[in-house]
Amino acid sequence: MKTQGQGQSKRKQLHHPLSPHSNPFDILTEEIVCNILDHLHDDPFATKSFSLTCKSFYFIESRHRRILKPLRPDLLPRTFHRYPFVSHLDLSLCPRVDDPTLNDLSSTWKATLRSINLSRSRFFTNAGLSSLFINCSGLVEVDLCNATHLTDLAASAIAEAKNLERLSLARCKLITDMGIGCIAVGCRKLKSLCLKWCLRVGDLGVQLIALKCKQIRSLDLSYLPITEKCLKSVIRLQHLEDLILEGCHGIDDDGLSTLEQSQSCKSLKMLNLSNCQNVTHTGLSALINGTEQLQQIILAYGSSVSQKILKVTSDLAKCLLTYSKLQSIKLDGCIITWSGIKAMASLDAPFKELSFSKCLGLTDDGLSFLVQSQKDLRKLDITCCRKITYNSIDSVTSSCTSLTSLRMESCSLVPKEAFVLIGERCPFLEELDVTDNEIDDEGLKSISRCSKLSILKLGICSNISDEGLAKFGSCCPLLKELDLYRSIAISDAGIAAIADGCPALEMINIAYNDKITDNSLISLSKCRMLKALEIRGCLGVSSIGLSAIAVGCKQLTVLDIKKCFNIHDNGMLLLAQFSQNLKQINLSYCSVTDVGLVALASLSRLQNMTILHLAGLTPNGLAAALLACRALTKVKLHASFRPLLSQSILGHMEAHGCVFHWRHKAFQKEMDPKGWKLHFGRSSSEVP
Amino acid sequence: MDLKDKVPQHASFTQHQQKWEDPSILDYSRRVESPFLAFNQTHTSQIKVPVQHGVVNELVQASKVQDWDPSAMLDNLSFLEQKIHQLQDLVHLIIGRKGQVLGRPDELAVQQQQLVTADLTSIIVQLISTAGSLLPSGKHTLSAATPSLEQSGQFGGVVFPSAQGLNDGFQPPNAGGCRVSGLPNSVDISRKHGNEQNHIIEEHELKDEEDVEEGESLIPGTYEILQLEKEEILAPHTHFCTICGKGFKRDANLRMHMRGHGDEYKTPGALAKPNKESGSEPTIIKRYSCPYTGCKRNKDHKKFQPLKTILCVKNHYKRTHCDKSYICSRCNTKKFSVIADLKTHEKHCGKDKWLCSCGTTFSRKDKLFGHIALFQGHTPAIPLEEAKAPAGPSDQGDSNQAANKVGSMNFNFSSNVSSESEVQSSMDIKGNVDDPACYFSPLSFDTCNFGGFHEFPRPPFDDSESSLAFLLSGSCNYPQKSGED
Repeated sequence: MKTQGQGQSKRKQLHHPLSPHSNPFDILTEEIVCNILDHLHDDPFATKSFSLTCKSFYFIESRHRRILKPLRPDLLPRTFHRYPFVSHLDLSLCPRVDDPTLNDLSSTWKATLRSINLSRSRFFTNAGLSSLFINCSGLVEVDLCNATHLTDLAASAIAEAKNLERLSLARCKLITDMGIGCIAVGCRKLKSLCLKWCLRVGDLGVQLIALKCKQIRSLDLSYLPITEKCLKSVIRLQHLEDLILEGCHGIDDDGLSTLEQSQSCKSLKMLNLSNCQNVTHTGLSALINGTEQLQQIILAYGSSVSQKILKVTSDLAKCLLTYSKLQSIKLDGCIITWSGIKAMASLDAPFKELSFSKCLGLTDDGLSFLVQSQKDLRKLDITCCRKITYNSIDSVTSSCTSLTSLRMESCSLVPKEAFVLIGERCPFLEELDVTDNEIDDEGLKSISRCSKLSILKLGICSNISDEGLAKFGSCCPLLKELDLYRSIAISDAGIAAIADGCPALEMINIAYNDKITDNSLISLSKCRMLKALEIRGCLGVSSIGLSAIAVGCKQLTVLDIKKCFNIHDNGMLLLAQFSQNLKQINLSYCSVTDVGLVALASLSRLQNMTILHLAGLTPNGLAAALLACRALTKVKLHASFRPLLSQSILGHMEAHGCVFHWRHKAFQKEMDPKGWKLHFGRSSSEVP
Repeated sequence: MDLKDKVPQHASFTQHQQKWEDPSILDYSRRVESPFLAFNQTHTSQIKVPVQHGVVNELVQASKVQDWDPSAMLDNLSFLEQKIHQLQDLVHLIIGRKGQVLGRPDELAVQQQQLVTADLTSIIVQLISTAGSLLPSGKHTLSAATPSLEQSGQFGGVVFPSAQGLNDGFQPPNAGGCRVSGLPNSVDISRKHGNEQNHIIEEHELKDEEDVEEGESLIPGTYEILQLEKEEILAPHTHFCTICGKGFKRDANLRMHMRGHGDEYKTPGALAKPNKESGSEPTIIKRYSCPYTGCKRNKDHKKFQPLKTILCVKNHYKRTHCDKSYICSRCNTKKFSVIADLKTHEKHCGKDKWLCSCGTTFSRKDKLFGHIALFQGHTPAIPLEEAKAPAGPSDQGDSNQAANKVGSMNFNFSSNVSSESEVQSSMDIKGNVDDPACYFSPLSFDTCNFGGFHEFPRPPFDDSESSLAFLLSGSCNYPQKSGED
């Protein structure tokens, strides 16, 4: 909006010498209009409105457009003529992209296409890929994730893309060393390659990649059956910066120790050895020997053998001593020892990010000792560190005053007083996760001083009430994400305060809160940026509230109204009319019937539906809705519908790329079927 | 005594039969050529032999391993009893047929006779081996026999003794076995059995020699250079009998042949390897030159590299200067001028599924990747049918098994069969498929192999057919035998 304003002001200045009858837009040069267009990518409707202004704008916009993210592939041919200069094509919303489509688009955008995303698409084969890569020789980036049907033939088609720099083949499980060998020989300019979950790719393929593609910067080899044999070649890559070896169980200490000490990857900046259960500090030190640039190291969920882990942390810290540029260590799920913490504290590297999520041995003393010297720490994750108490929070907040992110879900021993400290001492916080904690209104009021806060998670914080929320809402206008899942003490007043104070709100979760009524939704309808709304199990919400949301929040893309028994077809009708951006909806247990569902089917972007236990739903209504919904990619249905729907309908849907998930879940009457008793606060779950 | 009389009589019916007694008959190529052996049983026997060899070894080993076990002994005794009964039946059979056979000295009768003899042999061998395992002290005699079995590598050591044992009035085959393995060429004989044409082995040896010779650096002038003419090189035989003119590929075979020309050739001196005596004297090293001018192996070439042996010369000349007339029947593309090369290729043809874009095939994936890493622009070639069977060349190592499947499905003893005979065996089956007895007989071996061998040296059923009968190599005739039963 702002940029459009600028354009208008320019136009006004230029307007004076002209007669009032001429088209005021004619004065704008194409260059200026293009400049305006460059700034219009925030709002998806902006460019649409722009091109509908006049013929010349339409023409300019169609020539200007570089990025295209079509909703449905069957509409793609119409865009061929309109947008001749598309260079980035994102087909992630098109579940069905077949070979003819690929043929057509590759011959249309032969010269311009640089990047294509096929990660969510199916039904194309190596033939289509072959024509794509032969025609569009300028392709630089290709995302073929999840193409589980692609074989080595497709890989040999990819090898035609001589200019390819970024390639993702994650989960292409049929591609073998042979295919990777073709890519290695063909795509010599590769800089980034993701082979995660390509289970048939082994040492030979990776070795050839490392031998032939010398430009590689980033290499993701997660979960491959590889050993140190290929690492010998990989660490010789002169430009390698990111190396991800997550879950490579074939890599072990013995193998890593055979790596030549002289040959090391000097450029390496990030190393991820998560889930490598056979690697301890000895293997790590062999691998990172000589990598002076190392900035980030991720060792989450290492060896499950506790004996090994105990050694890791103390010795590991020692082997990190020389890496002065180290900024980030993630030790999620490891066992931390006192000696390890001490050794880590003695590292002179100023950490920016530390992650101890689910670390068993992390104590107050350890954490306090460690953070003493870390004045520059920005991000700290102590999720589920259940030994942490007030003392830790005290020392963390007093030392690390520039924290921007603090995640401390389920730190159950931290008392409510500690949260006051966070608000007082960490004014730069942008993200705070205090899910399942003792925080109360006093704490929340204190946290409202963190005016930059954009993500706040208060799920299962039963001590929070409207009072705290009201204070918070008035102070944190930048809030984008708020989680109030099962924070049962809040009601409409609190939500209203948030809606008033946080116009940037994009995502809110107020599931399973009894006191929430339509009024909350009516106030939330003021948040025009709202994209995701979850009101599961809010019994006080009806179609009226939902209608207000539908009318007010045009950007809404994800909606979860499961178990809102009072939402009827009327709500759906308005939703169908206004929420044209809706992509995902969960309608389970609602009082919606065939009428509502068929109405919803008119939403052209709706891709994902969960429809379990809709009392008023008949097989015919369901079939009609399914057939009308052209963009559907995933539908969750109760298994009882399976025999009732005609096979031809299911076949038709599946041919269009829709996947059905049949569920056998029994009907649940209660809100808390698993007996978590979350409604009764945390006292009952706090048994030591 | 009946037997003693009979066997020589029949043996004299044909030339072949004579040879059977003569060690030189085991020059297999000749036997195949002889019209008499156009019978397909020759092939069958070739296939089965290695298996049975394995069986025999297993048997011996089993008995070696056995400790003093009364129950096992009882088993063995009852087995012996059974065998002796069978032996009796057989002898009766022979007596009963004597007149008839004498009256009709035709091929059929000969074969029947051979069959009976074969069965006889097998039973005797079993008897002896079982009897040996009865006594703790017997182990020694057995183990004394065992090396001859194992060393000879094939059944040759067993065949002979049993055959001669028959002639000599049931001499213990052990002794015979030792004697045969003591012969200078016994190893040769047995090795040849695996092959239809014995020159395969010759040329394999050759190839090795030529390879070894590559690195040799003799100072010029320190050796004598010989150059054979083209015709000489391409001649099929190099050793000719001075009496009858018959040609041989090996001198040893010629010497064996010479024995048939008179007693003077049977002396140890005449039979001994001539080179051995001269080995003590300092001889001038001989090297060979290729007659093809311009060839690096030609003595006139600037960087002349001599060939080490005549065999090297032969192979070199054929490979380098002759047409490649042998075409692989599987891929129809690869051509060879040396038949051994073809055989070697056929062993792997089709198994080399790791293919480079340049057309080179590799039997191992890492070799292909090494090749691709080395050459610019070469890339792995993805076979088109791979799309249909994506599981295809993904896993290493299982390729051989897959390729062997055909063979093992029919015979179930691929591990024991040498790969050369595998090709033959598959052809064999086609030839014999109309004869059910012949077709199934290999399967009965199979059951033999797996059927509780450690308790019983042989399953009680099917003995006469599946036992060592076929040890008499070409002389036993399966179709006929089963017809009699």
